[in-house]
Amino acid sequence: MRYKKGKIISMIAGEKSKVYIKDLKRNYSLYLMALPILAFYILFHYKPMYGVIIAFKNFSPAKGVIGSEWVGIKHFIDFFCNPYFFRLMKNTLVISLSTLVFSFPAPIILALLINEIRSKWFSRIVQLIVYLPHFISLVVVCGLILKFTSDKSIINDIAVLFGHERVSFLNHPKYFVPVYVISDIWQSAGWNSIIYLAALTSVEQQLYEAAIIDGASRWRQTLHITIPGIAPTIITMFILRIGNMLNVGYEKIILLYNPVTYETADVISTYVYRKGLIENSWSFSTAVGLFNSIINFTLLIFANRLSRKINEISLW
Amino acid sequence: MQISRGQKMFNVFNYILMIFLMTVTLYPFLYVAFASLSNSVEFMSHQGLLLAPVGFNLNAYKIVLKEEMIAIGFRNTLFLLVTSVSLQVTLTVVGAYVISRKNAILVPLFTKLIIVTMFFSGGLIPFYLNVRSLGMDNSFAALIFPVAINTFNLIIMRTAFITIPNSMEESAMIDGAGPVSILFKILLPLVIPTVMVIVLYYSVSVWNSWFNAMIFLRNRKLFPLQLVLRETLILNSTNAMAQTGRDSEGVSETIQYAIMMIATLPILVVYPFLQKYFVKGVMIGAVKG
Repeated sequence: MRYKKGKIISMIAGEKSKVYIKDLKRNYSLYLMALPILAFYILFHYKPMYGVIIAFKNFSPAKGVIGSEWVGIKHFIDFFCNPYFFRLMKNTLVISLSTLVFSFPAPIILALLINEIRSKWFSRIVQLIVYLPHFISLVVVCGLILKFTSDKSIINDIAVLFGHERVSFLNHPKYFVPVYVISDIWQSAGWNSIIYLAALTSVEQQLYEAAIIDGASRWRQTLHITIPGIAPTIITMFILRIGNMLNVGYEKIILLYNPVTYETADVISTYVYRKGLIENSWSFSTAVGLFNSIINFTLLIFANRLSRKINEISLW
Repeated sequence: MQISRGQKMFNVFNYILMIFLMTVTLYPFLYVAFASLSNSVEFMSHQGLLLAPVGFNLNAYKIVLKEEMIAIGFRNTLFLLVTSVSLQVTLTVVGAYVISRKNAILVPLFTKLIIVTMFFSGGLIPFYLNVRSLGMDNSFAALIFPVAINTFNLIIMRTAFITIPNSMEESAMIDGAGPVSILFKILLPLVIPTVMVIVLYYSVSVWNSWFNAMIFLRNRKLFPLQLVLRETLILNSTNAMAQTGRDSEGVSETIQYAIMMIATLPILVVYPFLQKYFVKGVMIGAVKG
């Protein structure tokens, strides 16, 4: 039996390798073209993935990734026992949930409203303008935010008219999240509405005609035809969003926060940046980053499974 | 069709809301433009809405245009735009072509290897240490090679290749054309609109990127524009420039606005003409993504 099985396997393997050799002969120039692309992915994606093992080591540049000694899950325990652990988790979740509650629905509402504009040229101008902030560089946007939230800014000039005191918003922990979220909507709501506008054009026109004959008002049409029509897009975007729940980007926060606002502004990714690249605690910060990605990935799988169950929509 | 009164009211409300949204979006830019053209002292004492420059003058621009770091930033960014974007587009087109072929056994494996990187990454620190260990630290190489392919753009490009009917390629193969000439002579002319889209996407990301430059560059002569902007707008180190502009504090404010203007103007000028290509890219990406 055993002999036979082995023989069969080797026969299949022989067949298979023949197929591969034939394929290599036929497609070698295609595979040559793939080489630089594969080199890129191995060098800049897979090699850093392998580099993650320094989370379980005490990395020193002199010894390299392989030579550094193992320390097990010491860095993870250090992070969980860290006095900042709860603050980082809380800040990350607060910023993430705030953008989920406010920034996520904004482009959907905007797309629905743009869709209601009857005049073609007006609709085009609105779109041209609301997409614009997406193209302004983050550094300039953050420069604008700093200017518009300073105590001499026009927002403060207006607040004074209503009897408020002048405040430099980004020097108060309690204002950081609102400033972050509002500017996020300003930056991205327009651009993110494109995908919903595209979904809106694919809703069947016959449904509307039928609804009009049945005497449905515009509001009813929106509620019972338009929104169900774009629901798959909304759900897909929602799953992606959940998968990025703990992925609060560091770039904008690094540009806007300062030690005074760490209390509400410091999130996991900015902490990884400071610990790793400013204080050179490479292994520790890699461990923190790895913990962050594991939670993210778990959330993504969970959200995807949930949506598959409820709506039969899945990312994979 | 009869339009109900509620409907009419909604339409009016919607138009007003849209005009409001456009104003909120555009006003910050107008404010920056007016502020940059203002007299620095008068601007300091100005309060409330700015609907025109106060004490119109071009002093801020004169100072900024003489500033060496701004010139260096522009030069480096232009250099990066040319080199980085051509490398990115070349690799993306070739890579997308390879993973859009259906009659090669290894292609599905390549595709999987590439897609996996959209979900998993080593994270910031391993990425940083990797680039350093490759000896690219403190050089343009650190800004060019690690971002040589963006997987989203690769997928957009692949979608374009897949939608071309197979018969085009088959007839070329019968004529004895290899994959290289099939790609460049036959398929590429058919996907030029999508190539334009990814050229724009890559250009925007190169123009806007600052973080990699911040963590990898120490030589100030290599700083791209955005990193110079970060120093002047975020870290507030206009001191050097303010001294050349004599009256310190007052000038620095209007100088900062002038810098924002100069750094954004190129985008504002080309944006209206290119907007439709960007939107098209989102549509293509949405089909597959």
